[in-house]
Amino acid sequence: MSALRESLGFLTSRLRQVGIFVALILIVLLFQVLTNGILLEPQNVSNLVVQNSYILILAIGMVMVIIAGHIDLSVGSVAGFIGAVAGVMMVHWGWAWWLAIPACLLVGALVGAWQGYWIAYVGIPAFIVTLAGMLIFRGLTLITLKNQQITPFPSELRALGGGFLPDISGGTSVLEWLTVILGVGATVALLIQALKERRIRKKFDLENEPMAWFATKTTFIALLMLIITFLLASYRGTPIVLIVLAVLVIVYTALMNNSVFGRHTYAIGGNLHAAELSGVKTKAVTFRLFVNMGVLAALAGLVFTARLNSAQPAGGTGFELDSIAAAFIGGAAVQGGIGTVAGAMIGGLIMGVLNNGMSILGLGTDYQQLIKGLVLLLAVGFDIFNKNRSGGGGSTIGKRFKFRTSPPATTESQAPAEVKDQAKDRPVPVSAARPE
Amino acid sequence: MNTPILQMRGITKTFPGVKALQDVTLDVNRGEVHAICGENGAGKSTLMKVLSGVYPHNSFDGDILFENEPCSFSSISDSEKRGIVIIHQELALSPYLSIAENIYLGNEQAKNGWVDWRKTNLDAAKLLARVGLSENPITPVQHISVGKQQLVEIAKALSKEVKLLILDEPTAALNDEDSGHLLDLILHLKGQGITSIIISHKLNEIRKVADAVTIIRDGRTIETLRLDEGQITQERIIRGMVGRDLESLYPDRDPQIGEEVLRIEDWSVRHPQDHTRMVVHNASLNVHKGEVVGLAGLMGAGRTELAMSVFGRSYGTAMSGKVYKYGEEIDTSTVSHAIGHGIAYATEDRKHYGLNLIEDIQRNISMAGLRKLVKRGWVDKNRETVVANGYRKSMNIKAPSVAAITGKLSGGNQQKVVLSKWMFSDPDVLILDEPTRGIDVGAKFEIYTIIAKLAAEGKAVIVISSELPELLGICDRIYTLSAGHITGEVPIAEASQETLMHYMTKEKE
Repeated sequence: MSALRESLGFLTSRLRQVGIFVALILIVLLFQVLTNGILLEPQNVSNLVVQNSYILILAIGMVMVIIAGHIDLSVGSVAGFIGAVAGVMMVHWGWAWWLAIPACLLVGALVGAWQGYWIAYVGIPAFIVTLAGMLIFRGLTLITLKNQQITPFPSELRALGGGFLPDISGGTSVLEWLTVILGVGATVALLIQALKERRIRKKFDLENEPMAWFATKTTFIALLMLIITFLLASYRGTPIVLIVLAVLVIVYTALMNNSVFGRHTYAIGGNLHAAELSGVKTKAVTFRLFVNMGVLAALAGLVFTARLNSAQPAGGTGFELDSIAAAFIGGAAVQGGIGTVAGAMIGGLIMGVLNNGMSILGLGTDYQQLIKGLVLLLAVGFDIFNKNRSGGGGSTIGKRFKFRTSPPATTESQAPAEVKDQAKDRPVPVSAARPE
Repeated sequence: MNTPILQMRGITKTFPGVKALQDVTLDVNRGEVHAICGENGAGKSTLMKVLSGVYPHNSFDGDILFENEPCSFSSISDSEKRGIVIIHQELALSPYLSIAENIYLGNEQAKNGWVDWRKTNLDAAKLLARVGLSENPITPVQHISVGKQQLVEIAKALSKEVKLLILDEPTAALNDEDSGHLLDLILHLKGQGITSIIISHKLNEIRKVADAVTIIRDGRTIETLRLDEGQITQERIIRGMVGRDLESLYPDRDPQIGEEVLRIEDWSVRHPQDHTRMVVHNASLNVHKGEVVGLAGLMGAGRTELAMSVFGRSYGTAMSGKVYKYGEEIDTSTVSHAIGHGIAYATEDRKHYGLNLIEDIQRNISMAGLRKLVKRGWVDKNRETVVANGYRKSMNIKAPSVAAITGKLSGGNQQKVVLSKWMFSDPDVLILDEPTRGIDVGAKFEIYTIIAKLAAEGKAVIVISSELPELLGICDRIYTLSAGHITGEVPIAEASQETLMHYMTKEKE
């Protein structure tokens, strides 16, 4: 009984992380029913991955930018621009893919450096710089393409968009064996890693998740991976872009959690002044974040172009909104300091499943946009609701409702220190810059 | 002359866990300038907030009589209707609006809902003439100096037909010349029958303008001194301000003072916005191995500014002077250079400058020394946890685990996290700015013990504090700052609250 209560308490304390994951599962199940099983048909699952890959790639960079307390509105235009550049390089100039792809990523890095310079070193808010970038790079896309699409691309690039890993069984088997090997291998690796992590935490005498919770969670994730493996293997195997994406997610998760750069990103978003006074080179970190965003936007542009097999003047339009929505649905905080790459991936998948499911149902873009907008609003609203709750000091659902009925603390019941904080938060008077 | 305009009786104001004011009495006569003195945190500002209705009438005990009528203000606008206007230490002007717009902000001179600009600007010009400010009323406030902005605030008060003007540390942000003008203006207004209450630390100013002085200490009225009875003397005020028992105890220390570690020479800093204002003037000081050096000064004396400007130029502009470590000049022009040279600065403002409140304890502790945890390019999170757990035990940080979010800890525990962060960066010199601010007595003792331990380990420690007993209790040597000048260097054997307060209120030669 007490173990159950403990687990429940733990679950509510992780409401945000668990909630978003549960929401994804529920949405998948909902559309699975509504579409009479079409959603999880092997071919559709494969499509789902490929269709959303470029948004997910963008969401990785976007969540990092958001964690640092910035935003990037230009990624859609940058992706379109890189598509155009790739078109010129590969189709007009006839460059080989192994030359053109690194060159495009380099152009993306330069684009990011341009925006990062204005944001980090000149101090213009990212919203303005990237809004300008949205126009600038759309304009450059049109100029580069001379308002005409470029097509067709060589098959090597197209593989990045719609290609699959080679079928080692030669098409004789029902299941594609390479995918099975990869999927099962990844699942086993994940299990080993999770157990190892738990053992280390025990060794260092750290708080561990309750055993029941850990077992349920790990089993569930492993099961999920095997199901996806099975579905992919019974169609055409592993999409190449899924491998790219998996590598990116692993690398960037590690980067954000375990590298000095990642830690500094969280520190900047959490409290810029404290980070500065702890010796974090805040400008350099911000600059690098935008360079990174530029490279990822370039990669997304390449994948998108490869998938369409053409570079188009309007390519990438609206990608920025999808990737920003993915980051926020995935739990990133508007004020910065909070968010995860994994969360952004789940957020991106929620948007992707909604898109895909509603398309199968034959809903028009009118309703699709309406529903996606509501989902974004609800997800962030839930987040803020959740935060107020934890700000009230409670961690159970019961307390959450209590918090709602009791009015927020009034000025006269606050401690002097808080009153002082309030004074600091009001609009900055002309002479308020004295630190004493 | 001796008709009372204001009588406050038995004012008691309690915040959760703290009695900010206890049975405070204040009598102000019509047409006088009444000064309120007391140490930082004595309760002066709280008393003025009670008077002006910032704290509504049912949130405290006691009675307020203004012009012999009882008052029950529930907001600032209520007290302003009666002619009581408070001007806060941090000015509440909107920088982008004109002088005239600021004067009539919230009280717009309008006809049928449309602003009458002619009347606004003409009336504003008359008010500016009254306060002796020769500026065009349509000038945006951001284009005039802080001293002139202070005058705009007073003009704004006059526009509300003020009878009792309350000025909270009006000269704290002003240079000497502007301060002089302001004090003259207060005397001038007194001639026009306006009563003023002035909160100030600067005893020479009080001697210049005050007809009466009420001293508040630890939330209680100590006494009211009157000029016509010859009671207003510097010695008397200082005695009233500091005369209390040492309540908290300090750990015993056996100082082992070694070679000089850090020396600051001729350090000068200008205000980041107002470049004509020198915040720190040619300050020189040093600190030795194993020594705890105090930096005493009243609000606005430039203690934090001095420390932050040395620590990677985190405050101010156009600084000059040199910093030496072990006799060699070092470059402290960025925070990472300063940290690299073994300097640590723990801020007075934990919440805004010290901690990432949404992050957990271990990540806050590792922040300044993160590179020490890097193994093969990656942060070793297990070692990080071990390190943080070590500090949790040795510093007695009360939290369920090092994965607890720092924003949810008490002030004392947050301060221990800040200190742990800097101890992990392994500095030779620690500058601790108000290390016990907002911390309860028990936790204070723990912080003092940590400071003593750091010194015993051979660190050089500089402690900035507004609490003189604290400095006397833990330091080996105390520098005093007044208006940006180092006015005294007192070995602990010769230091007392009176001598320190004397130096802290001393004018430059």
